Amino acid sequence: MNPATKPTEIDQPAAHLRLVSDRAGGAASGITLSGVSKTYRSRDGDVPSLRPLDFHINEGEFFVVVGPSGCGKSTLLKMISGLLAPSTGEILVEGEQVTKPHGNVGIVFQNALLLPWRNILSNVMLPIDMKKLPRDEYLPRAKALLKLVGLEGFEKKLPWQLSGGMQQRASICRALVHDPKIMLMDEPFGALDAMTREKMNVELMRIQRETGKTVLLITHSIPEAVFLADRVLVMTERPGAIAAIYDVPLPRPRSLDAMADPAFTELVQRIRKHFFTQSALD
Amino acid sequence: MAELKRESGVSKALNAAWVRPFLFLLFIVVMWDVTIRLFQIPAYQIPAPGDVVAVLRTDWPELLRQAWPTTYATICGFLLSAVFGIPVAMLIAGSKTVESYVYPLLVFSQSVPKIAIAPLFVVWFGFGIIPKVISAFLLGFFPVVVSAVQGFKSVDPDMVDLARAMQGSRFQVFRAVNLPHAMPAIFSGLKVSVTLAVVGAVVGEFVGSNSGIGYVMQRSIGTFDLPTMFAALVILALLGVVLFWIVDRIERFVIPWHVSQREDIVFAS
Repeated sequence: MNPATKPTEIDQPAAHLRLVSDRAGGAASGITLSGVSKTYRSRDGDVPSLRPLDFHINEGEFFVVVGPSGCGKSTLLKMISGLLAPSTGEILVEGEQVTKPHGNVGIVFQNALLLPWRNILSNVMLPIDMKKLPRDEYLPRAKALLKLVGLEGFEKKLPWQLSGGMQQRASICRALVHDPKIMLMDEPFGALDAMTREKMNVELMRIQRETGKTVLLITHSIPEAVFLADRVLVMTERPGAIAAIYDVPLPRPRSLDAMADPAFTELVQRIRKHFFTQSALD
Repeated sequence: MAELKRESGVSKALNAAWVRPFLFLLFIVVMWDVTIRLFQIPAYQIPAPGDVVAVLRTDWPELLRQAWPTTYATICGFLLSAVFGIPVAMLIAGSKTVESYVYPLLVFSQSVPKIAIAPLFVVWFGFGIIPKVISAFLLGFFPVVVSAVQGFKSVDPDMVDLARAMQGSRFQVFRAVNLPHAMPAIFSGLKVSVTLAVVGAVVGEFVGSNSGIGYVMQRSIGTFDLPTMFAALVILALLGVVLFWIVDRIERFVIPWHVSQREDIVFAS
C-alpha cells in the first residue's frame, strides 16, 4: 500500500473505516508465511524459537494464534511487522516480501503503551507523525475512530486519566489510524480484568467487522480464541510449531451467548486436549 | 464564628509550603543563639546569629558584588554539564560498545577528589573564571550523566518497537519516545547537578581566585572574621536554593505530564 494514499472519506459513520480491497483473495493479499523459522543466537549456542511455519491468513480474516508461554508467538508477530528478520523462509504481506518495518500493520500489545506526555488524540496520531503523513487529513479519521470505540470526549485527556480498558481502546485506535490492512495483537486484553476483557472482545469483533481489517491475534485463552476467531492456530511448546488449525463453525455476528453454543464448547475442549497431552499450559 | 475563621486563616498560613521550612529555619537560628549564650562559645569559634545578620546588612553590597562571579561560574559550569552530560548519556545508553569503554572510566574518574586536582586548573588556566567553571562542571557533570543514562535505558522496548513498526526513523523514534521518556530522570540529575555546581565553583575559588564568595570565605577564615564567613555561607546557600528553584520551575514547565507534577492538573472526568 502506498503510504501517501489519502484516508478514506468519513461521510458515512461506518463505511468510512471499511477498507475495500482492489484485489480479491489469493496469495497476493493477506499474510503468507512459507518455511518461516526463527533461531536466536545466544552465548550457550543457538536457541530455536520457531520451527518452520507455513500458513496463509486471508484478507479480512480474524485469525487467532493460541499456544503456551514461550512458544514464539510474539516472535511471529514481530517478524510479520518487519521488526525481526526470520532465520529461514519468507513472509509476504499483501504480496510483498517483508524485510523491514513496512507500516502496513497496526500493532496492539498487552500494555496500551500510550505515551504519557501526549493526550489521547495525539497518542492516536503517533503513526501519522512517524510516517510523516499529512496531519490535517488524518485528524478527522482519528476522531472518528475514537468515537467508534466509545472514547468521544476523551481526546484531550492524558492517558493516566483513563481506565485500563479505555487506554487499550485508544491503543486500538492508534493501530488503525494510518489505515493499515492488518492488525497484529499480542495478548491485547491480557492485562484487563475478566469482565472488561469479555466486553472488549465483543467490541473488538464489532471494530473488525466495521473496518474489515485482517486481524492476527495472539492469546493464552482458549475460549477467547474460539470466541473471536474465524480460524484458530494451535501452537506447540517451544520451539513453536503448528499443532493444528481449526475452523470455527460459529456464525457471525456473535454475542457472548455464542459461548453457550455446543459447537463452541466442543471446539474449546478439542483445543484444550492439545495442551493436556503436551501437559503444559499456564 | 469570626474566631473560627481567623483560626483557620492562621492554620492555612502555617500550612503554606514555604512557611514550614522557614519556621524550621527560625527554630534552628534560635537554638543556635541559645546554645552560644548557654555555653558561652567565643565569637572566634562560632559567631552569634545577630553578628552574622549585622555583617549581612552592612556588607550586603560587597557580598552581592562577590556573589556575582560565583554565580556566573556556577551557571557556566552547570550549563556545560548539561550540554555535555546529556549527549554523553545518549551515547552510553545507545551503544553497548561506548558504554563498555566509557562508563567504567567515568565512574573511576568520579572517585578522584576534585579539590585535590583543582590547583592543577589554576596552573593550566590561571586565576580567572576558567578554573572555577571547570571545577563546577566536573562536579555537576556526573549526576547528569548517571541519571540521564538511567532515563534513556528505562524506555519500554515494546514502545520503541511500536514506533519503529510505524516506520519512524531512528531519530524520529528517539525524539518522540526515548527523549521525552528520559526527561524526568534528566531533570532529577540536573537538580543534583546545579547544587553541586555551586560547590564546584567555590572549590575553584578556594584554590586560586581573588574574587567570589569562596575567596571571601577563604580571606575571612584567615583573619578569624567568622561573622563574615558565615554571612558568605548564607549567600552561598541562597544561591543554591535560587538555582535549584529555577531548575525546578523549568522542570514543571517542560514535563507537566509527569507523576511528580500531577497535583497541578485538575481532574475532570
